Amino acid sequence: MIEVKDVSFTYPNGVEALHGVSLKIRDGEFVAIMGQNGAGKTTLVKQFNGLLKPTKGEVVVDGVNTREASVATLAQKVGFVFQNPDHQLFCETVEDEIAFALKNFGFKENTIKKRVTWALNLLDLKQYSKTSPFMLSGGERKRVALASVLAWNPKVIILDEPTIGQDQNQKNRLQQFVNQLVTQGKTVVIVSHDVEFVAECNPKIVLMVEGKILAEGSAKQILTNSYLLTQASIVLPQIAQIFTGLAGLGLPTDVINVHEAKKVLLDFMEVDS
Amino acid sequence: MSVIETKALTYTYPSGTKRVLEDVSITIERGEFVVLTGPSGCGKTTLCRCFNGLVPHFYGGKLEGSILITGLNVHEHSIYELARHVGLVFQNPENQLFALSVEKDVAFGLENLGVPRDEIKKRVDWALQTTDIEDLRERAPHELSGGQQQRVAIASVLAMQPNVMVLDEPTSFLDPLGAQRIFEVINELNKNLGITVVLVEHRLDLAARYADHVIIMDEGRVMLDGKPREIFKLEKARLMGIGVPKSTRLYQILEKNGMHLGKVPITSEEATQILKEVLSRD
Amino acid sequence: MSFFEGLRFRRVSSPIHRLDPRVKFFYVCVLFVMAIMFGGTLKNPELLPLIVLFFIQMPFVLVAGVKREWIRSMRGAMFLAIFIFVFNFIFQFISGSYDSFALLLEYSFSMTLRFLVLVESFSIFFLTTSPDHLGLALEQSHVPYEFCFAFTTAVRFVPVLADEAQTIMDAQKARGLELERGNFIKRIKNYIPLLIPLIVNAIRRSLELAEAMESRAWGATEKRTNLYVLTLRNPDYILVVLSVFMLILAVYVRFFLPVPSLTVLLHI
Repeated sequence: MIEVKDVSFTYPNGVEALHGVSLKIRDGEFVAIMGQNGAGKTTLVKQFNGLLKPTKGEVVVDGVNTREASVATLAQKVGFVFQNPDHQLFCETVEDEIAFALKNFGFKENTIKKRVTWALNLLDLKQYSKTSPFMLSGGERKRVALASVLAWNPKVIILDEPTIGQDQNQKNRLQQFVNQLVTQGKTVVIVSHDVEFVAECNPKIVLMVEGKILAEGSAKQILTNSYLLTQASIVLPQIAQIFTGLAGLGLPTDVINVHEAKKVLLDFMEVDS
Repeated sequence: MSVIETKALTYTYPSGTKRVLEDVSITIERGEFVVLTGPSGCGKTTLCRCFNGLVPHFYGGKLEGSILITGLNVHEHSIYELARHVGLVFQNPENQLFALSVEKDVAFGLENLGVPRDEIKKRVDWALQTTDIEDLRERAPHELSGGQQQRVAIASVLAMQPNVMVLDEPTSFLDPLGAQRIFEVINELNKNLGITVVLVEHRLDLAARYADHVIIMDEGRVMLDGKPREIFKLEKARLMGIGVPKSTRLYQILEKNGMHLGKVPITSEEATQILKEVLSRD
Repeated sequence: MSFFEGLRFRRVSSPIHRLDPRVKFFYVCVLFVMAIMFGGTLKNPELLPLIVLFFIQMPFVLVAGVKREWIRSMRGAMFLAIFIFVFNFIFQFISGSYDSFALLLEYSFSMTLRFLVLVESFSIFFLTTSPDHLGLALEQSHVPYEFCFAFTTAVRFVPVLADEAQTIMDAQKARGLELERGNFIKRIKNYIPLLIPLIVNAIRRSLELAEAMESRAWGATEKRTNLYVLTLRNPDYILVVLSVFMLILAVYVRFFLPVPSLTVLLHI
C-alpha cells in the first residue's frame, strides 16, 4: 500500500509542485492520475519510488518511509516505466537491457536467465533478444523498456504517459496488457492526460490541478463530470460528451465508452418500440 | 489547382531494404485541410519529408516517381528553394527552436533567405500576432511550455509565408487542451489565410473535425483517400488500426446492430444532434 | 562549480550590459596587457599597480548590478589563487634568491593579484554579455556563421541537456543503479548507463535540429541578413577612448616612471 500523507514538494528552483496532497493506493488497485501538463502528476508518482522526497509530509510505501530508504530499495517494490525509453536504453542487446535491473537488485544468474526469457515472451520480443535496442522501432523500444521493468516483478507498476505517440493498435494492445497486469494482482498506476485511453481502461481516477488533488472517484463518476474536468482543463471523452448532450432524453449520463453506449442506446430503442 | 501532386512515388532509405513508400499517388488542392494518418511505420512521416525535399536531398536514398510541389519538381529543386513554398513543423517542439529568444527564432528562416531587415521585422511581427504569441516575443524557448513552443515553431514557418504547411504529429507531446489550441491555430491559418495544410495525426478525436480531405496509409501505400465522413465510417479504416473518432465508431457499431443514424458524425456535437433526432423520432 | 556560476549570464539590463560586446572585449584585452606589464620581479615586485587595476574595475561591477555573481566567481577562483600564491612563495623561498621576507611576500601577492585581475575582467565580460549579443558580435566580426550558430545553439541547449541528464539519472536509479556505492572502478562503470543514453539522445536531437534547419532554408544564400544589428553608440566610444587612454598611461608609467614596490614605500 502506498500512503501519501499531506505531502508538499518544492523543486530546488523554487517551483512548488505539490501542495498538501494526501492519497492512499491499496494493493491491487488500478489508478489513473490525470491532469494537465504541469499539474504535478509526475512529481507525485516520483515520490512513490523515492526519486523525489517530500519537502513536507511523508510518503509510506508498504510500511517504509521513503525518506529512510534508498531509491534502489524502493524500486524493487515500485517499478517505474518512464515516458521516453531512450532515457534508459544503453545495452548492447535487448537481453542485457532486461537483465540490467535484475543484476542491480542482486538476483542470481539462474533467476536472471529465467526472468529475461519470461519478460521477452511476455512482450513478444523473443526474436529481438540478441538485437541492439537502438536498432528497434519506437514502439519496440517502448516494449523493451516495459519488459525491463516487469522482469523484476515489482508489486507496483507506474506507467508515465504510456500512450504518447502511439497509434490505435498500440494503444489497444497496451490497454489489454494493463488489464492483464491488474488481473494478476499488480497495483497499476498510470499517469495520463489521454482521456479516451483512460475511459477504455476504466480505472479509479485521481484528478489533479495545480499541485493539488481536485477529486477522486471511479472513471464513470469523474469522466462524466464536466464541471470537474473543466477545472482540470481536461476534455470529456467523446462518448461522455454525447451523453451529456442527450441528458434531456432520459438516458443515463455516466456512459464513457463505445460498447456501453451501444448497449444503452439499443436498450433504449427496444424499450421505445 | 493542385498544390501537391505525386504519381507512383516510391522510396527506399539508403540503408534500407524495404520500400518505405510504395506507389503513392495523391493530389492535394489549394486551400485544402488534409489529415494524413495511418498506423506507426506506414510511411506518413517519410511522405511529409518528401513534400519539402528532405527526402531525397537530406536523406539520400532512391526516390522514384514524380512529385510536384506548387508546380516545382522536388527532384530538381534544393530544400532551401522548396522552403519558400512548403513549411514543415515537426513533432518535438524543443528540437525546432534554435535561438535564445522567440523573436530571433521566428526570424531565423527569413535571415537564412537573406530577406532585408525591415521586411524581417514586419513579417516577424505579423507571424507573432497571427499565432497569438506577441507576449512571448522576448522569452527564451526553454522557459516555454510545449504548446507555446509549438506555436513559436508554427510562427517561424509562417513568417516564411509558404503556400503549404505540413505538420508531422505536432501535438504528440501536448495535453488535449494544448493540442486543441494548436489545431485551432492551424485551422485559422487554413481558413483565413488560405494556406494548404497537411496534418499528420493519430488523435483524430480532436483533429478530424477540421479536415476536408483524409488520406490513410499503411505499409507505404495509400489505402484510403477521400472525404472524412466517407472514409471513417468504413470498417476497413478501423481494422487498419486507425483511431477513428469515437462518434464515428459509435455510428459504425449502431449500424452493425441495426440502428441506422442516416448521417455520419465525426464530432460529439454532430453525434448528439443526430441521436437526438433519431431517438425523438420514435 | 561556483566559478562557472560566476560566468553565467543573468538577464538584467544595465548600461554595462548594453555596451557593445566587441568594445567590452577590447577593454578586457587592454586590461590583460596592463596586468602583464606590471607585477615586477622578485627583487622589485610591483603590487601597487595591480591593486589599482583590481579596484578600477569595481565601478563596472556595481553599475552592472552583478555584485553577487561576481563575488561568486571570485570565490571560485580563490582556490587557484591560493595555489599560485603558495607555489610562488615556496618556490622562491627554497631558491633562496630573495632579498627580504617582505619582498618575497609582496612578489607572491603580485603574482596572485595579477591572476585575479584577469579573472575579474573576464568575469565582468561574461556576466554582462548575453550569449545572444556575443553570438551577434562574433557574426559581425566576420566569424563564419556556422561557428556563431553552433555557439548560440549550444548555449540554448545547455539547460535542456542538463534536464535530460537528470531524467536519465532518475530513470536508471529507478532500475537499481547506485551511483554512490562501490570502489573507484565500479563507480566509473556506473556512469556508462548515464553517458550512453545522453550521447545517443544528443545525436538524435542533432538530427532533428538539422531537419528543422534545412526546412527553414539553411544555406539558401551566402548573404545572410540579421534581425538584430550591433551599432556602436556614444557609451561604446567612451569606453574605447578610456581604454586607449589607460593603455597609454600604463605604457608611460612602465617605461618612463619608476614603480616602487610597496615594501620600499612602507620602508619595511
